Amino acid sequence: MKSKSSTSARSAKKSTTKTGAQIIVDTLIEQGVDTMFGYTGGVVLPLFDRLYDAPINFVVPRHEQGGCHMADAYARASGKVGVVVATSGPGACNLVTGLATAMMDSVPLVALTGQVRTELIGNDAFQEADTTGITRPITKYNSIVKDVKDLARTLREAFYIASTGRPGPVLIDIPVDVAVNKCGSAGSVAMDLPGYKLRAKGHAKQISTAAQAINKSKRPVLYVGGGVIIANACEELRAMAEEAHLPVTTTLLGLGSYDQNKPESLDMLGMHGTAYANYAVQECDLLIAVGARFDDRVTGKLATFAPGAKIVHIDIDPSSISKNVHVDIPVVGDAKVILRELAGQVQYQERKVWFKKIAEWKKKFALRYDQDSATIKPQYVVEQICRLTKGEAIITTGVGQNQMWAAQFYKFTKPRQLISSGGLGTMGYGLPAAIGAQIARPDATVVDIDGDHSFNMTMTELATAVEHSLPIKVCILNNGYMGMVRQWQELFYGKRYSKSYLSNPDYATVARALGAVGITVDKTKDVPAAVKAMLKEKKPCVVDFRIEREENVWPMVAAGKSLSEMDGLDILESMA
Amino acid sequence: MKHIISALVENKPGVLAHVAGMFAARGFNIDSLVVGRTEDPKLSRMTLVVVGDDRVVEQVRKQLARIVPVVKVQDFAGQPVVARDLMLVTISAPPEKRPEITAMIDMFRAKVVDIGPKSLMAEVSGPESKIEAFVNVCKPYGIKSLARTGTIAMPRQTKTEV
Ligand SMILES: Cc1ncc(C[n+]2csc(CCOP(=O)(O)OP(=O)(O)O)c2C)c(N)n1
Ligand SMILES: [Mg+2]
Repeated sequence: MKSKSSTSARSAKKSTTKTGAQIIVDTLIEQGVDTMFGYTGGVVLPLFDRLYDAPINFVVPRHEQGGCHMADAYARASGKVGVVVATSGPGACNLVTGLATAMMDSVPLVALTGQVRTELIGNDAFQEADTTGITRPITKYNSIVKDVKDLARTLREAFYIASTGRPGPVLIDIPVDVAVNKCGSAGSVAMDLPGYKLRAKGHAKQISTAAQAINKSKRPVLYVGGGVIIANACEELRAMAEEAHLPVTTTLLGLGSYDQNKPESLDMLGMHGTAYANYAVQECDLLIAVGARFDDRVTGKLATFAPGAKIVHIDIDPSSISKNVHVDIPVVGDAKVILRELAGQVQYQERKVWFKKIAEWKKKFALRYDQDSATIKPQYVVEQICRLTKGEAIITTGVGQNQMWAAQFYKFTKPRQLISSGGLGTMGYGLPAAIGAQIARPDATVVDIDGDHSFNMTMTELATAVEHSLPIKVCILNNGYMGMVRQWQELFYGKRYSKSYLSNPDYATVARALGAVGITVDKTKDVPAAVKAMLKEKKPCVVDFRIEREENVWPMVAAGKSLSEMDGLDILESMA
Repeated sequence: MKHIISALVENKPGVLAHVAGMFAARGFNIDSLVVGRTEDPKLSRMTLVVVGDDRVVEQVRKQLARIVPVVKVQDFAGQPVVARDLMLVTISAPPEKRPEITAMIDMFRAKVVDIGPKSLMAEVSGPESKIEAFVNVCKPYGIKSLARTGTIAMPRQTKTEV
């Protein structure tokens, strides 16, 4: 409710000068922000007062971490910059996990934090924390504004840095006096970033060398990461892959960049990737990496990774190139521009022998599970969700087995369809991410495929979803375990399940208590009906699937093993 | 191998912390790090001596360049540069040893900058090898305390040593 006093306070300020808070709100609107996430507190009161009647849809989470994940997923789902606000000290500290998550996955995010008055900084003032110090290694850039004249410029720089090049989170720390102080003019607004240079085009000679290598290759593999989705280059990727006739594998974050229903798709590679992707990478003579960073979950043992392959690496971040793996043909620049260039220079090759081999692997080592189980198999649940959403839902995930089953059994066809914490592996990401994604894409069906313990970490945000009447769906693959940890303990620690299970609440009851819909399913035969019911719901809906407790994710490349040394292939084959 | 890396950075708070934090977080070893102003009041120059193989040093260079307020990064390996350290060293110098010690200081083109009752302070600058040599010749007399800057460097315009 709007009170009279605030409106009159507003009109009293009528003059050409603006307060810092006013500059913040005006700059946000100028930058096209129509939605933001955040939580109030002492030193951000001047800003929140300006937000009271600003034309911005403001979502208050129940915990700042949740708000940060919401802004992050909002950005991933929309391609726009996500914005999150928190107060000083505890508020800013609660952003840490969310910022690190966004940093690892290159998500464009602007975080605004309040800070104690400038003259108190360094004095251990109430709710003071060295926010820029704490967040420096987990942001692409951060800065504290100590003079209101610098505010407009710094905020513009924040949006520019967050959204260009290899995107990432930018944090701006604003002492409360800076938000209150008046600035004669708008202050300096022109960006001043002498150290920030972008390389878009890619070296022409490197591109043609890469094209020649592709044309000569008998056994190529295209290895695609999240960078292609960030660069909005999926159309260019498809065109180039088709033009040259290449098999395509993606990382977890690359899922959706290439239609998984195409015969050339090898699906995901890596620790829990498909055997056919991993074998293809190990036996290829040319590996073309685009917007990927040779993470250890992807490469397995580095010394034996893609042993016979020449490596082409296309990436916007020069520091990603030759960081883990020696690259023969580096191309630095924007994937969209470079893939378009490449598509014009590659020639179609039949590669009959190679594709035949791939088809054999695909058949022999298809992802399978026990179809006749009376206890619910998690893979079956994901398959049903995929079928009943026609493969068109936005999927968010927790971390652990649930995340891997979602990646393996949902067939992604479009970019920005899978929203998952890849680099940091943040449990608790799924629910707030579903909220952020649903706000970004109100017409989409958004399903959080979550783990019971991941859900436990941020389930309080269900209240946020209820408050905003968001029709998100939460599917808990409830094995009563920290399943992925249990799997490692089963395989590598003699089944000593040390601290990897806790008692869980009845999730349907919790959901109802918070104003959402709750459904419990414990028989395989009831799964499709429950998924259908869930999809019809207008309210947030939580479905607690009581799954097989000790199911494992296969295949698996144990840590430190080569990609070709997969466990569980016999299990897949036995179910053929 | 030792590389001298020179980074021109914006003269803003937090940049040194960012660079130092990046080195610590990524496990790069710094032999020395010198920060000082330049002819442009908006820029400072950091000179870093880094030990590592080519891959490590390439990563150091790229990771430095990635830091937003870092404007320019150069690796001086393989180019002719003038590289200098500065050292202040207080040496035990009872009156009977002073002529011998000052002769040695002269030989190194170093300077006596302070004299106390039992010691004297010398200032010496030059390439790291000269500084090391000076430290070695001082040792027998007894070094009371020592402060060094670490290396600063600039590329040469001419190819020959002046
Ligand atoms: C915040 C956080 N803490 C700890 C971990 C380590 N971890 C990875 S998976 C996992 C278990 C996840 O359990 P659950 O959410 O139930 O998923 P499941 O593997 O059973 O599907 C844990 C503890 C993590 N990734 N994130
Ligand atoms: Mg679990």
